Amino acid sequence: MSAPTRVLVVGASAAGLATAEALRRKGYGGALTLLGAEPHAPYDRPPLSKQVLRGDWEPGRSRLRAPEALAALDADLLLGDPAVALSPADRAVRTASGRELGADVVVVATGVRPRTLPGQAGLAGAHVLRTLDDALALRADLLAARRVVVVGDGVLGAEAAATARALGRAVTLVGPQRAPLEARLGPVPAALLARLHAEQGVDLRPGAAVRGLAGRGGRVTGVRLASGEELPADTVVVAVGSAPATEWLAGSGLRVDDGLVCDSRCRAAEGVYAAGDVARWHHEGLGGLLRLENRTNATEQAAAVAGNVLGADRPYTPVPFLWTDQFATKVQVYGVPAPEDVLTVVEGDPAGGRFVALYHRDGTATGVLGWNMPKQARAHRREVADALSSPSPSPAPADR
Amino acid sequence: MKVHVDEDRCCGAGSCVLRAPEVFDQRDEDGIVVLLDAAPPADRHAAVREAADVCPASAIEVRGDA
Repeated sequence: MSAPTRVLVVGASAAGLATAEALRRKGYGGALTLLGAEPHAPYDRPPLSKQVLRGDWEPGRSRLRAPEALAALDADLLLGDPAVALSPADRAVRTASGRELGADVVVVATGVRPRTLPGQAGLAGAHVLRTLDDALALRADLLAARRVVVVGDGVLGAEAAATARALGRAVTLVGPQRAPLEARLGPVPAALLARLHAEQGVDLRPGAAVRGLAGRGGRVTGVRLASGEELPADTVVVAVGSAPATEWLAGSGLRVDDGLVCDSRCRAAEGVYAAGDVARWHHEGLGGLLRLENRTNATEQAAAVAGNVLGADRPYTPVPFLWTDQFATKVQVYGVPAPEDVLTVVEGDPAGGRFVALYHRDGTATGVLGWNMPKQARAHRREVADALSSPSPSPAPADR
Repeated sequence: MKVHVDEDRCCGAGSCVLRAPEVFDQRDEDGIVVLLDAAPPADRHAAVREAADVCPASAIEVRGDA
């Protein structure tokens, strides 16, 4: 394809903004449109469950760029207008307000939407946490809350529980795993996290299946467990995962399967690319399709997409990275370790609350865990990067 | 070019150090960014701009074209 002169980025959060910035940084001088579903200028999501929810930051601080920096992008920023349809053949996008936008290249960066629980719709006091508006609504309820239940023991649920506890609320954290983040970190670090939460006064309810929410008069009153027990609550945070925001791609002919499926160049079709939480692309180093919901991937994948839009033709083979801050503890993970991988401490001491550990599987490093040692963990990143940068010998991933 | 870092925003990912190790470092104790060179020479500008753009916490600000 000849060099594009009109690029449309659908999604104006971290990945969408970063795509636009990377295009300009790499010298793209053509027309650039950034279409966002939310009314807000691009803002950052990781602080929502921490600084914004705690009230340490006023909401405006979560913005990703100052107005001057946005203006310098020389892009049409269309906000508050979700995309509703894409025609890949002519790269035409229709929006909720009726706009018809055409481009040479469309970058899909529409992110994910939080899942909800049965009985949640319209129930006051029951919250998801994805957007700035979600965070502000939850904070308002948390300030008056007496009993908070957080449903979901992943990163977001554990962070929300820590923040609610830091605000002095009585907090119960309920989830299906034996300990928070066990599927991500493995049993040993997850047990450390569980101990941290318990020491800080969070009531942990591990191994519990949640059936739904209970309410009275339009307000949540508790969380129903599969065991029949009901955990009373006046404020509930539902953090039970999310689903890629791909409904608008139905009928486009593009392959949607837990995200917009892309090749190793993050390309879904000629002139259609995806970046960020919504993109499920072929990671050549891992030898399979991968979708990452984390902040660093949003910007790194955006940079890779921008390069490929401009003709770089390079596979995207990042070292996945996530961090989570809970109470005063900073956890960092490089790679995609499986929970059963063997964990070996290589620096520091878990008993002292600071350490770096490596995950191994069949003699290959699969991940690095930093526990209150971010710099030292990064120093070990190379060991995982080497394993991920070369094409995997594992079977072809085409239809995994 | 003038580089400014906001320690309060920094999440300690170290993305900046990976891209421009002559300009950025991290504190040993908590991984927070340390600015080594607030006015880096021209041959580092591209790397510094990229570091600012990819910072997952938007903690790096770059001013000036030269």
